[in-house]
Formats: sequence, C-alpha cells, structure tokens
Amino acid sequence: MSTINQSGWKPEMGSAGEAGPATYTGNKALMLEEALIFEIGTTGTTGVDLADAPKVTPRLGNLARHRDIGLPGLSEPETVRHYTRLSRQNYAIDLGFFPLGSCTMKHNPRLNEKVARMEGFADVHPLQPVETVQGALAVINELAVWLIKLTGMHAVAMTPKAGAHGELCGILAIKAALEARGDPRSVILVPESAHGTNPATAAFAGYAVENIPATSEGRVDLAALKARLGPDVAGVMITNPNTCGLFERDMKAISDAVHAAGGYVYCDGANFNAIVGRVRPGDLGIDAMHINLHKTFSTPHGGGGPGSGPVVLSEALSPFGPIPFTERHADGHYTLVEEETASARHPHSFGRMVAFHGQMGMFTRALSYIMSHGADGLRQVAEDAVLNANYILRSLEDVLDAPFAHSGPCMHEALFSDNGLAEGFSTLDIAKGLIDEGYHPMTVYFPLVVHGAMLIEPTETESKATLDQFIGAMRSVVQRAKAGDPMLKSAPHHAPRRRLDETQAARKPVLVWREPEQAVAAE
Amino acid sequence: MRYLPLTPSDRQAMLAVIGAKSIDDLFADVPAEARLDGPIHGLPNHASEMAVERHFSNLTRQNMTASHTPFFLGAGAYKHHVPASVDHIIQRGEFLTAYTPYQPEIAQGTLQMLFEFQTQVARLFGCDVANASMYDGSTACWEAIGMAGRITKRSKAVLSSGLHPHYVSVAKTMAQYTGDTLDTALPELSPATDSARLLGAIDGETSCVVVQYPDILGRIEDLSAIAAKAHEHGALLIAVVTEPVALGAIKAPGEMGADIVVGEGQSLGVGLQFGGPYVGLFACKEKFVRQMPGRLCGETVDAEGKRGFVLTLSTREQHIRREKATSNICTNSGLCALAFSIHLTLLGEKGLRGLAELNHGLAVQAADRLSQIAGVELVNDTFFNEFTLKLPKEARPVVRALADRKVLGGVSLGRLYPDVDALANGLVVAVTEAATMEDVETFAAALQEVLA
Amino acid sequence: MTRYFTEDHEWIEVDGDSATVGITDYAQSQLGDIVFAEVPATGATLKKGGDAAVVESVKAASDVYAPVSGTVIEGNAALEGDPALVNNDPEGEGWFFKITLSDTSELDSLMDAAAYKAFVDGL
Repeated sequence: MSTINQSGWKPEMGSAGEAGPATYTGNKALMLEEALIFEIGTTGTTGVDLADAPKVTPRLGNLARHRDIGLPGLSEPETVRHYTRLSRQNYAIDLGFFPLGSCTMKHNPRLNEKVARMEGFADVHPLQPVETVQGALAVINELAVWLIKLTGMHAVAMTPKAGAHGELCGILAIKAALEARGDPRSVILVPESAHGTNPATAAFAGYAVENIPATSEGRVDLAALKARLGPDVAGVMITNPNTCGLFERDMKAISDAVHAAGGYVYCDGANFNAIVGRVRPGDLGIDAMHINLHKTFSTPHGGGGPGSGPVVLSEALSPFGPIPFTERHADGHYTLVEEETASARHPHSFGRMVAFHGQMGMFTRALSYIMSHGADGLRQVAEDAVLNANYILRSLEDVLDAPFAHSGPCMHEALFSDNGLAEGFSTLDIAKGLIDEGYHPMTVYFPLVVHGAMLIEPTETESKATLDQFIGAMRSVVQRAKAGDPMLKSAPHHAPRRRLDETQAARKPVLVWREPEQAVAAE
Repeated sequence: MRYLPLTPSDRQAMLAVIGAKSIDDLFADVPAEARLDGPIHGLPNHASEMAVERHFSNLTRQNMTASHTPFFLGAGAYKHHVPASVDHIIQRGEFLTAYTPYQPEIAQGTLQMLFEFQTQVARLFGCDVANASMYDGSTACWEAIGMAGRITKRSKAVLSSGLHPHYVSVAKTMAQYTGDTLDTALPELSPATDSARLLGAIDGETSCVVVQYPDILGRIEDLSAIAAKAHEHGALLIAVVTEPVALGAIKAPGEMGADIVVGEGQSLGVGLQFGGPYVGLFACKEKFVRQMPGRLCGETVDAEGKRGFVLTLSTREQHIRREKATSNICTNSGLCALAFSIHLTLLGEKGLRGLAELNHGLAVQAADRLSQIAGVELVNDTFFNEFTLKLPKEARPVVRALADRKVLGGVSLGRLYPDVDALANGLVVAVTEAATMEDVETFAAALQEVLA
Repeated sequence: MTRYFTEDHEWIEVDGDSATVGITDYAQSQLGDIVFAEVPATGATLKKGGDAAVVESVKAASDVYAPVSGTVIEGNAALEGDPALVNNDPEGEGWFFKITLSDTSELDSLMDAAAYKAFVDGL
C-alpha cells in the first residue's frame, strides 16, 4: 500500500486503535485542550493598558451602566496562547489539501494581506471627503475595470458583501428593470442542482421559485426550460459551470430563449474559477453574475467570511444597479455617486444595499491577486484548475461511481456518488475517513440531484504530487468503505474531536456559555 | 507564475492520464463562438510581487490616513486602537485560511471562538443569545426587521429618525421588494429624539420599532418606554448599536426591554478599512432563536463524551430550507468576528469599562472645547463619544476646508442627508481614545479659522 | 376509530368528526433523529394537502401536510420540549395535531394500513 510519491515522502499507514496512555491534562503532546475564556478569564483582568480617563461630569443622562456585563478578560500572553491553541484545532489551506467543491479553496497569497494592511487602505474612514481617499477609490475602480473586462459585461456593482448578497443585487436589478418597463413578473426559474442561496434569494426578493429539470447528462433541460418560459417568468438563475461540474453547453441558447420571452438571465458565478480568462459570461448572454472574490480571486475564507460578491451587469440592467459607486473623470480623479448625486447620475438605481462602499479590504486583496496573475496568468488559472479536476475524475472513476463521467470533461470540480459502498456505509464515512488521512473532506451531499454526492474541487494551486497522494488516500478510504471496515464507520479517530452529537446540539440548543450553577438552576 | 505549482511536464503527464490531447479538449463543451483564443485584450500580463506592491504603495499615498492626522469621524465607523496581538492572531493560517466549520472535528478552533463570540455579544447587548455574525450593521438591521415580521406576522416597521441614514436606505431598498411598510422621519438638530413620534406610531399593525442607541447624532435615550409600548401592542423593539464600546458605559438595550439587538462590531478589533469588511452583531431573546438569520454555533459532546461545538439549527438556513429559509445569508463575517472577540477578550470587562470611560471623558472635553468657538453650538444633552455641533454655516464645505488644513473634522450631515436644509449645518464629531487633547486643539483652531 | 394513511407518510386516526394526525414510523425512520417539530396553533384552518406542521432533523426540514381539511383543535405541546417522541412513538405519543373534519368524504382518497404497507414496500 505504501508507495514513494513524487515529493519523495513515504506515507505510512497508521495502525488503528493506538490511543496511548491517558494523560493528566487530557492533552496529547501537541494536541492541546483549551478551556473557554469564561472558564479561564476574570472580569477583573485586562490585557490592555489605558490612559487615565479625564475627570468630567458625565453626559450619559441617567443611563450609566451599573450591572455587571460578565465579560472575562485575559492578559496578553494568555490571550495569544488561548487563540493559538484554538487555531491548532482547525484545518486550513495553509495546512493541506482542501478539495471542497464549489468553494474554491485555493492558496491565499500573503502579498494580498500585506497590501490590504497598508495604512492608506486599512486606516481610512468611509465618509472622509473624497479628495482625501483618491487612492482607495482608485483601487475600487481598477478592480471594477478588471472584473468588467474579464467577464465581458457592461458595468459592475461593487458593494455586495458576499455571494448571496450579490445574488440579491442581481435579482433586485432584474426586478427593478421589469418594473421600470411596467411588466412585473412573479416567477424565477432555478435548476434543481442550484446552490441553496439561489431559491432563498429569489424568495427573499418576493418571487415564486420553480425548478427546472436536468437532463440525464447533468445539464439544464433546454426543451423543458423553453416550455416553461412565458409572460410570468422574470428570469432564470443558472450556475455555469454548474454544480455537477459541467459547462452548460446550451447557455447561449438558454439566454436567447429567456430574452425572447422577456426575462433576464442571472448567472451564479461561484464557479467562475473554471473559465476565467477562457470564457466571458457576457458572450453567453448573461445579464447579471456575482463574482465571489473569496473564491476565484483568492481572498481568504477566514473560517466563514468575510466574503465579497461584486455583480457584473449587462447594458440592460446597468441603469438599475445599486449606489454607491466610483466614477473616474478625464483628469484622473475619482468621485462617488451616492445619495447626493444619484438622482442626476444614476436615477433608476434600485437603491443602497449596504452602509458605505462594500468590502474594501477584499478589493485590495483581489486586485493584488489579479495583477499578480495578469490576463495570461488568469487564463492559466482556469486551465490548471480544470486540468487538476479532470485528473482526479479520471483517476478515481474506476473505484467510485461518477454519474456524469460520460457527459464529457468536467470543469473545475469532479462529482461522485456513494453508489457501490458496503451496506450501511455512505458519503459521510468517506469524508470522516479523509479527515484521519489528513485532508479536509470534499463537499458532501451537494448537489442534491446526486445520491450521496461528493464534489471534489482541487483548484489550480495544488501540485501533481499533492493530487497523487490524495488520489491514493481516496482509493484506500473507498476500498475500506466497500469492504465495510467498522473503523471507518467510527472515523475520525485522530482528529481533535470524534464525531460530534449534532442531534443533541439541535434538540437542546446551548448557544451561549452560562456559569455551571446557573445552568443547573435553569434545568 | 508564483501561485501555480504545475510544471509543463506535469501538465503533459496529466493530460495523458485523462486521455486528452491538449487543454483545449477539456474546454470542448464551451461553444466555439464563446471561446477566447488567448489572453483578454487590453489587460496587462502577470506581474512580480515587487511590481504589485509598488503599485499599491503609490495608491496608498494618495489617501489621508486616520492615524496621521487629527481625526474625528464616526457615524457608524470608529477609529479605535486595536492591540497588535489581534492582527497577529487573525493572520494565523489556521484561522485565515479555514473554511466555514462544516466539518466540526477539524474546526473546533473556529467553532469554540464563535461560541465565545456569541456569548460575548449576548452579554454586551443584554440578550439571551447571539448568532455567529452578519455582514455588517446595516444588513443586520434589515435582517432584524425581517425577523420581526416573521415573528409578529405583521409588516409595518417604525424607524427612529436617529437611525443611521444608510441603514434606513438599506431597509428602504429591501422593503420596496418585500412589501414591508417603513414609517421613517428625518432627525432634527435638537437635544430631544423623536421618541414621542415613535410612541404615537406604534399600533396593532406594527411589527417592530427600530431605535439606534446612541443615535446618529450621538444622543442616548432610555428605551424602556418604547419597549413597553411596543410590547403592549404585540410589537418588538429592535435596538441598533453602531458603537459597541458605548456599552461599557451605558445600559445594554436588552436590559431596557429590547427584543432584538443588532449592531456594527467594527469598533472592536476591526479597523476602518474604508467601510468594510465589518462585522454585523445580532442578538435576541431566546424564544425567538428559531426565527434568527445566520449561522449559530452550539455546544455538544463527541462520541467519547468530550465537549465540542458544532454549527446548529441549520434547518433555518438556505442550504437546507432553500426558498423557505429565514434569510438568504450564507457567509458570515468569521474573521472579523474573531478580531472582535480577541479584542474584547484582551479588554475584558475592566478594560471595556476603562476604554468607555476614556472615550467619554475625551468626548466631553472636546465638546466643551469646540462649543466655545463663536457660533458653534452643541446639539446634544447626552452623548457617549460622539456628538453633533451646529455650525454657523453649511458644514460640508467646512469639512473640506478642514481636510485642506490636514484635519479630518467629523462627518457633515449634508453628506448623509443631501438636500435637507435644516440639517446642512450639522457636523457629527466622534472622539475616541485615539484622539489626543492636542488633536482637539488643532481641530478647534482649524475650525475657528475656517468659520472666521 | 379508523386509521388512514397518505402518500406523504402522514397517518390520521378518525374518531367521529374529529381526528388525530401524525407522521408514520416509516417517515420518522427516513428523517432520522428529529430535533424540532412545529405544530399548528389551535383554531388554525387547514386545507387538505396544505402545509400543517414542520418537522426537522439535523440536516433536513420537512413539511407535514394536512391529510384532510378542517380546524385544528389542539397541537401536541409535548413535542416542543421532547421532539424525540416522534422517533420513539411516532404513531402514538408523537402525534402532531388534532383536527375537526370539515368534509369526511376527503378520507375516501386515503389508504388503509394494508394499502400503506404495500405502498411503502414498493418504495
């Protein structure tokens, strides 16, 4: 089983069940347990030194806070240790391969972090006079120009805070455009394989959501879609490349049909990494598409955000996009179109989506990444991402059911199902087995159209040696699942925690810490 | 290209395994008319790390930075000193480059941090529970209005005139599509808030009353009477806190009966960053938890009985409930929540109270000093670290003239409320621990000069 | 008293012009550990086939549909504190709501126990 891989490192199969002796602390050498700040800190401790407050007569009305807040403090060394210990219980891209499908967990360049922390970006207030923030506005504008050119679209709304927020922006632009022409419509069509955010967004904006069926190939059923189009359909939301990892060959025909029926086409751009530099969504008839800067353009995921979701818009939708946005003038200086100037400069805007100007800290990082790669490098990004995914697809399809392997090459991610595993074994067991092998699992049970889906997205920032070792580990775990290995059923064994009781967590939610005696009293 | 590990020979070997002749074969499903033959025209090619850094260095110098100049802007974003260890910790790759903790066995670091964060936010706001964060204060505010609608099954929200105008704008944008009715008004340059208007507007149709505390002009007001009136009519009180440091000095909204408390957490741990990313705070009474938007972290045990944490109650969320979800929110603001939590841990109760006292003391001194200038009036009776001055002339050009003198002297109400003559002379001034009395003197001298 | 079943895996036990409704043992086994159940309020008017209640496991949320039209007499308050009742005794203590029947002919389209068993076996 053990083979020397290309990086020369010899993987050893660990032997099962060697837990070792129990320790007094519960620690296992470098695996350190850490209590909660409420258990180790006190309200009388602080890790900051403050100047003495000037003696003044308070102007707080009668609202001075007397009751204890209950916020424990730690000294600086304790604080650093607390969080450093916590950090070591996390898996991360910096530690290893993170093939989470649809999430594009690529390397996060540290140059991005460096430029985002430059004082002129990190230490400016969003409401400073525009004359004092020309450099910040330039960053937003330069990134906007890149995004427009990379997508072949007409304009971009920079303020949405994340992908789902971008979806909302696009759908609101569609709604505003329809209302402006006196043709309010009530239905948004969404494929069954869509991200959950798509139907949630359409519903949030007041639309009824209807499913579009897929073909056996895993693509949108164009005939069924055409049959459903009509005067009540405001638009479609389509992910391309789709969540089965396939390019929607009929995208242009879909767009043409939707436009002919008076609707608009929203594209979920979560998977833009597969086509950046090779295909421009504008050439496919898209009217709006969000771009997850934290996916395609390498800004860090940060354990669940912050994200950033600028939305590129077609000429038809551009007049309805949100405020504020930047404008570059002939002499090179920048202004903002916001409430004050909107009625003159952008009268059809559907309004404001956020306070201030969007995720500036993500704009600097994304622009740094985009400039580093350039037009040629971004094209190579898509090519390597697609190459890596196809390499995984073809290296595993003999041991794992790949329901759409016959549908042509995959794009940036490879989709498998749990067919063929031993009775009682499922995708979850494979995922947990991969944890013991030192990997973050792939996306599991999504998309919903495939039973026990496993969606593997390697991204372009992984070497062939990394992929080869992962393929070996996958084959091993899959064989164990086919053989019904009970040790796999109880995996992970080597992680900081064993499988967690999610049922208990949901039945009796404990969402905040309470002093033990208080908790007892409450029962 | 430094971020791409594959070598040309790797690519050839991999294509051979796949059974493809060239990379173009893998893009065969793209219709020919949409395929690009080469790099997109008119865009530069790749650049070295040094070249990129140089470009940003040039741009960053075109900005006037808050630390290098007397600085008094607030209105929803505040300059506070962030301890060095905060930024050090959030740059650890295990936090920075982790994903949402969907695999809890290998994400206990993020999950425990979120559990601590939720507890800190709940306590700070005087609420039972809090979520794992929202995008920012403005979006959290709208989400709270939506949540109140789900709970009360009503659709009329009454917004205080002291609510940040951007937050009002965000709510208006959303309400035009959801069919909610918003009862809004413009603030007045007076020490009194519009609580009388709010009390009069609450009726049996009202889903919620939304009050900012301290408000956009810096005024602080007891929310108890509004809470009582709202509850009497089956409506909820939503309190909005854009400056959480204030809660080291003044009563928590939850103590005064607020049902949902939301806020902007930027003040703690997160820098100004020209407006984002920030971190939305969201807390409420326990009985409303199933109507909450966003991610929630909960305590449980693992198969060996050890305490651990998981994301929970996820059936509220879009990835399961799809079009029936409480919100379409997916991403939270994890890393900013971490920064907030670290900063608050470093401060502790003692530090937060000390910091609040310091902010308030400096603000009182600054308000007294600035209102000595001829023609300048202090609007507020009450305030924490932010107050409004009424200038003898329009404030917007004054702010620009101050910037010419290298003083960033507050936010003009003309910027926030264009074309409202009654507010044009208003200047909102924030004074945090980052300002010195020398800064205040410089500001006062410059203001005197500009007004002369 | 007669018990009927629906293709959506609800059971309904009819007693005169009122009835008790819950989800079947098959349904609870498919859902897994139930963590939350939301039952309709007393007095709510339900339409046959419309949303009546919600049942949630850790990873799934399902709607329980009204097998008949009528007015809710009572929701099972015990499920709020102990949703596991649905797993432990789905066709007994784990009932969801009681309802008055507005149209007893609606029962005609439902299955009896034998027909439901055959239906489930065919899935």
